[in-house]
Amino acid sequence: MEPLLEVKNITKRFGGLTAVDDVNMKIFPGEVVGILGDNGAGKSTLIKVISGVYHAEEGQIFFEGRQIKISNPIEALKIGIETIYQDLALAENMNVYSNIFLGREKLEKFLGFIDVLDHDYMLVESKKVLNRLDINIPSLKNKIRTLSGGERQAVAISRSIYWNAKLLVMDEPTAALGVAEQKKVLNLVRTLSSHGVSVIIISHQMHDVFSVATRLLIMRRGKKVAERITKKTNVDEVVGLIVGSLPGDYIEVSKEKR
Amino acid sequence: MINYNKTREIGINILRRWILIFLVGEIVFFGIVGTNYLSLKNLQNILVASTTVLLLATGETFVIITGGIDLSIGFMVGFSSVVSAKVMVDLWAAGFSQPLAITIGILTALSLGLIPGFTNGFLVAKLRVPPFIATFGMYGIAYGFAEIICNNVPIHKLPTSLGSLGHGYLFYWLPGKLLSFLGKPENLSREELKHLVSIIPNVTVIAFIFIGIFAFILAKTKFGQHIYAIGGNINAAERAGVNVKVHLIKVYMISSFFASLAGVMYVLQFITGRAPAGSARLLDAVVAVVIGGASLSGGKGTIMGTVIGALIIGVLEIGLVNLSIPTYNLHIAVGCILIFAVLVDQFSPEIIHKEEEIR
Repeated sequence: MEPLLEVKNITKRFGGLTAVDDVNMKIFPGEVVGILGDNGAGKSTLIKVISGVYHAEEGQIFFEGRQIKISNPIEALKIGIETIYQDLALAENMNVYSNIFLGREKLEKFLGFIDVLDHDYMLVESKKVLNRLDINIPSLKNKIRTLSGGERQAVAISRSIYWNAKLLVMDEPTAALGVAEQKKVLNLVRTLSSHGVSVIIISHQMHDVFSVATRLLIMRRGKKVAERITKKTNVDEVVGLIVGSLPGDYIEVSKEKR
Repeated sequence: MINYNKTREIGINILRRWILIFLVGEIVFFGIVGTNYLSLKNLQNILVASTTVLLLATGETFVIITGGIDLSIGFMVGFSSVVSAKVMVDLWAAGFSQPLAITIGILTALSLGLIPGFTNGFLVAKLRVPPFIATFGMYGIAYGFAEIICNNVPIHKLPTSLGSLGHGYLFYWLPGKLLSFLGKPENLSREELKHLVSIIPNVTVIAFIFIGIFAFILAKTKFGQHIYAIGGNINAAERAGVNVKVHLIKVYMISSFFASLAGVMYVLQFITGRAPAGSARLLDAVVAVVIGGASLSGGKGTIMGTVIGALIIGVLEIGLVNLSIPTYNLHIAVGCILIFAVLVDQFSPEIIHKEEEIR
């Protein structure tokens, strides 16, 4: 099977600091990949390269087999790579369906020649996408401000799914959520995967990552030190890889290369 | 037994519509204690007296929803009144017909009025100057230019037919005899003139045509929707593909257009152009917007609310005149209402904002 996203030899430096050092990774359609690592290991920098926030000095990115150049987040969105940010990029003063359709509003003709918002259509369509993802929000006419953190996240995700995102990048999606809400978000990630959407998930909550990701990527000091199938590893091994008490698989190789 | 849910629902509805209830209460109050306050003539006077605030506040609503503020509109009224008056006087003196001179004067003022708005928007959106500073600068600049254009003296000797336009009414009705549309019926006896009823002032008609159009734009169109998005979360709007900078420039142009229109209406009403015309109305306009439910941090507000806010001020102003209370008391009252409006907004439970259609 062809990978949805493949990054090859990505290196990103900030002055003298090499934040991401020669990292390779592949994500297949519908796959959930967890990126694990300590603070400063380069996880966030790596996904920011993928989502177009940073531009890598070296390396290539392939999406659906074609080499692409992502120079800003808007371009990433157009390609189908959507990052779910902490601030979620929702307008809190507007209701659920207006946010889902923000920037791509459905219009209808008023008096035959004036374009006005088609609220009914947007409401119905939004309901459909929420149902498809098993998301339960009391009323789509409620403003985002009145929703809980998990519900907001669900809205942001539905929005990207409605507009055909193929790869979702989630940075600490369960941080700042209650336990019940965390479960809902993780369930949502599973639902996305079953719909063929790929997900990259970064989290400090080892348990969360283990429960949804099929494959794990472990980073340390900017390098990818190991890659594991979730079922064939355990928390102890992964923690060992993160803190460096276990050597990892790639370090020697990349040293030789230099 | 008191039905709790029912009571609660009524409470919520009262909170949602308190400004409307306040306005009606005001009118009823003055109707009782004032003399002839509820007469058709007086009610129409309220509308005419509110014209400047209504127009300024409508434009300001757009800016405030984006989270900005436009202070330049105070002196934009004077600038526009001076420009239009000057053009009318000069063209008329140069031998143009009155209607032509008036039309060109109005169009010149309205188009020149877009320049300060564009500049404000450019400064705010592209160069990231805080709206308060950019528009405050423009406030002074507009005033200075207005004084230069009118040479420091009010412009008089305007085309004589301005009066029939500015002081005219949409309908004239002689009970039981005739109804005429636009233009006063001619050849009436003095006795008949006394009974002639004038309905809907022209300036009010013009003002509400524009207010209506822009209320529609704000509430129903994509353009309006994006104004709310910018005020709610400018990053979200940008990520969603809204061209935020261009949008902001347009919004500031709308605001200065309404200020220019207010200046033109001033000339129609008072048959003169003055540099400080309407400058005292800046505060009232901002107050009207805030009473109307907008928040200075952006993201909310409606033209309907703003219109009610402006009328609350107008009703009060004419009410005080009616009761022969010195009008400087108006400022005290307006200040109190403003603070009260913000308090109501601050302390009203979130529930009243739930389940609203869009905002």
